Amino acid sequence: MSAPLSADLAQIGKSVVIKGELSGSEDLYVDGQVEGTIALKGNSLTVGPHGQVRASVEAKGVVVQGKLEGNVQASDRVELRKSAVVTGDISTQRISIEEGAYLKGKVDIQGKSEKAAGK
Amino acid sequence: MATVSQNFMKLFRGSSGRTPADAPDVAQKLTRRSSGLGELARLWESETPLCVLDLGSTSPSNIRFFTERSHKIYSEDLLVASTEAHLVTKDEQGNVVLDSRRFLADNLVYPAAHFDVVLCWNLPDYLDESLVRPVMGRLWSVLKPGGMLLAFFHTKDAGPDSPCYRFHIVNKDTLEMQRIVLRRETRRGPTGAVHTAVSDGFRLQRVFNNRHIETLFRDFASIKFFLARDNVREVLVVR
Repeated sequence: MSAPLSADLAQIGKSVVIKGELSGSEDLYVDGQVEGTIALKGNSLTVGPHGQVRASVEAKGVVVQGKLEGNVQASDRVELRKSAVVTGDISTQRISIEEGAYLKGKVDIQGKSEKAAGK
Repeated sequence: MATVSQNFMKLFRGSSGRTPADAPDVAQKLTRRSSGLGELARLWESETPLCVLDLGSTSPSNIRFFTERSHKIYSEDLLVASTEAHLVTKDEQGNVVLDSRRFLADNLVYPAAHFDVVLCWNLPDYLDESLVRPVMGRLWSVLKPGGMLLAFFHTKDAGPDSPCYRFHIVNKDTLEMQRIVLRRETRRGPTGAVHTAVSDGFRLQRVFNNRHIETLFRDFASIKFFLARDNVREVLVVR
């Protein structure tokens, strides 16, 4: 499966390994390995089917098709596709989980008021 | 259409006498009423957000059920976790066992008295013997005083090949049951062809009698049994 092509989409390919802090103001598609932190406050992160992310993630939206280890804080929504393997706590306003996805961790749905209050 | 009670009997009678042709399909889901779940229902309406620990396979339905009610749900599939190869060790007699200390270092790592409810489902019946008591001890400690744990146990009529199910909450006293089929890793064979080995799920490890169950939960404050017509006892214990 290839990532959707878009002018505002940064891509990390299958053979790429990154360790450290990743931040940005465009959507990010990760099909390689990332270890550290990912901060995309107003944008979305997609972990592709070959992606292996070991990081705490802060983004507007998070879609997981591969492996993600770390806590996820999404201001809008989280989608776990059927091939997703997620270990970590998820805090979001909306979540969708496909049949077959694996999750080890907490799901905390926060309302807009809670987000604003910083709870 | 099969009635709920017919579904009960089909599910928990075990595989004895059953042919592959009439075995439940992987995707097939069957419903059953759960008295134990019904007892817990009053808690779900609580305005105070509850902390719920679901020890079955990741269930989108269960996550939706609890998050819609503003509760926090934790999902942790202990049966799958118990299949990790690094857990295999030998005891003093040289018997192959699973390392419970290592298992509890990697799993069920929560603060003491954290959960209001633990949904154990049929975990004790399918979990390796060496893990059952340590896991129950840990569950006692992570439950709040007054917190409740729901578990299902087969009766003696269940066969060793009784299929293991995952449980999806449909409503306050109804569950959907879906047979677990394990998928192994995909491997390339000697001819270069790709094979995906699929096993038939988890095997029933033992059948607890009432006394065994009472002993298992002896540290809890109270225990309540619900007998169903499907060779299953539901047990609700309170810490």
